[in-house]
Amino acid sequence: MKMLPSSLMNKHWKWGIFILLALTILLLPLPAQSAQASEKYIQIQASSYEYNPGVVRVKPGERVTLELTSTDVTHGIYIDGYNLEVIAEPGQTQTLSFVADQTGTFRLRCSVTCGALHPFMTGKLQVGTNALLWKSIAIAALGIAVVIWTVRT
Amino acid sequence: MNRVELTRVPLIKTALRSRWPQLILRVIALAGFLLAILAGISGTPVGSRNFGIVFVWIGWWALLMLVAVPLFGRGWCSVCPIPMPGEWLQQGALLKPQGRGLGLGKRWPNKLRNIWLQNGAFVLVALFSTVILTSPLTSALVLTAFLVIAIAASLVFERRAFCRYLCPVGGFIGLYSQVAPVELRVIDTSVCASHTEKTCYAGSAEGYGCPWQVFPPGLVKNTYCGTCMECLRTCPHDNLAINLRPFGTDLNNPTGRKMDEAFKAFIMLGSAVVYSAVMLGPWGFLKSAAYHIGSVQWLVYAAGFLTFLFLLLPGLFYAAVALGQTLGGKKAKPTGKAASRSRLFGTHRQAFTGFAYSLVPLGLAAWIAFSVSFVFANISYLWPVLSDPMGWGWNLLGTASLSWTPYLTQAVPTLQALILLGGLLWASRTSLRIADQQPAQPTAITRPLLQALPIIAFCAAVTFGLLGLLIA
Repeated sequence: MKMLPSSLMNKHWKWGIFILLALTILLLPLPAQSAQASEKYIQIQASSYEYNPGVVRVKPGERVTLELTSTDVTHGIYIDGYNLEVIAEPGQTQTLSFVADQTGTFRLRCSVTCGALHPFMTGKLQVGTNALLWKSIAIAALGIAVVIWTVRT
Repeated sequence: MNRVELTRVPLIKTALRSRWPQLILRVIALAGFLLAILAGISGTPVGSRNFGIVFVWIGWWALLMLVAVPLFGRGWCSVCPIPMPGEWLQQGALLKPQGRGLGLGKRWPNKLRNIWLQNGAFVLVALFSTVILTSPLTSALVLTAFLVIAIAASLVFERRAFCRYLCPVGGFIGLYSQVAPVELRVIDTSVCASHTEKTCYAGSAEGYGCPWQVFPPGLVKNTYCGTCMECLRTCPHDNLAINLRPFGTDLNNPTGRKMDEAFKAFIMLGSAVVYSAVMLGPWGFLKSAAYHIGSVQWLVYAAGFLTFLFLLLPGLFYAAVALGQTLGGKKAKPTGKAASRSRLFGTHRQAFTGFAYSLVPLGLAAWIAFSVSFVFANISYLWPVLSDPMGWGWNLLGTASLSWTPYLTQAVPTLQALILLGGLLWASRTSLRIADQQPAQPTAITRPLLQALPIIAFCAAVTFGLLGLLIA
């Protein structure tokens, strides 16, 4: 069997270590964020083409009730990741209750065609710490170190 | 050298040399393109129910940015329908050369033999993009304008002047095609040296001289090769090949790095950042400003957009390059204030152009990460419009009533993070390689790592910004 050149082997094991460490960082649970049994009511006003507030912050484990009011045409909220939806007719308020049992940031999207910029009507739901963001930054720093290590040696 | 010649496979070679598979694909694409224009003009004004919007800006865009560009480079250009009608008129034939075509056959002006016009065309489209991407009529008018300009360019200038110098899409496909794992190259340049007819450039009875105005024996990068396969057909010595190669091979080649391409890298990277903020961010005022063309808010948005693309991003990058040059010991020896400034600028300008190519993988990753979110959330609009392209209540394929369903919403943020991290690491690696290639001053102590570190920091800052916009 043909052997790889030693320089290539050298680079391969460095990248192997990086992948192992990156996977460890990615899969490692962050210190547990205390689950809140409390309830949180949030009023969201939807108008073309924004939610107010645009960013909704809740604590992990909280029972969240979103009260969606539409001020112009029919709008909806679809929560990425949670795959939940609520639709409000103009002038009416509809509620959506759920337990914030997944941490991270989830995009809110209008689920009813509401006009020209409908596909871009978005907001955010932030549940606790965004572990993916911090893990990504850590992996980036580690990756840059490995790139320098492999290219410069 | 790490290449596999795909055209050694008889089936691949036959398929690429034959004009029929390409013509069939182009005719299908032309039909789709014309239907998109027709739907935009006469179909429903609701973008998410109109074939012209959904097919072009979601379906085609997904195919282009997630598959065609990263894997096949300019593969899309080889089947693009936009230059077809003009080319048919110019050549006076649908397939092989025969008879005489129409047109003045003028040479493209020397001063415009660069991609600055393509840069300008892309920025122009980008400035109006929130309307173009959502209004079927505006989108149809823009597509029609592309078609008309391509026909006019074919009738006035020789070969594919539109594709090479004007197409706003072709400009960035060319830049990012350097990353693709396929290339068209000459097999043995000594064969070309002894071939006096140069049929690959001049043409023959078997095919046209390179429509992209490229001299195939001199090809070292994918940027301007439209993979139209004409040279495969005209070479009597069978001396051209399609090769499989490692990703990003062209980025390691220091030949032909130019300021217009460098700025294309800034324009694309900057646009990906702005689009992520405007289209995927939670800020309604930004969307409104980008949409209301001609309003004061739009003018402020346009000024901000242009400042970010042409001043802020290149300015910060220039500062990073200058810092790297200073740290890396490549500063020219000053002999007076003015001379020093001029020499310093000259040195930095060259390094600025060179290092800008580090932004190619970073920009491509940014566009893929942006597109992943946009495409997976909206691709389900495609199924109803396939049955009802005009939004007139048809149900041709029985899919008209399928509702909007975002796909992979749980996986998308992780996918985006991985793509952006991959782009950052690739950009870092490319900047270190470019640092190694910088010409050293005779008295300078060269420290490539120190030159590259500020560039890596710049790339990391942009990546963290994008992570903030897309997944935070």
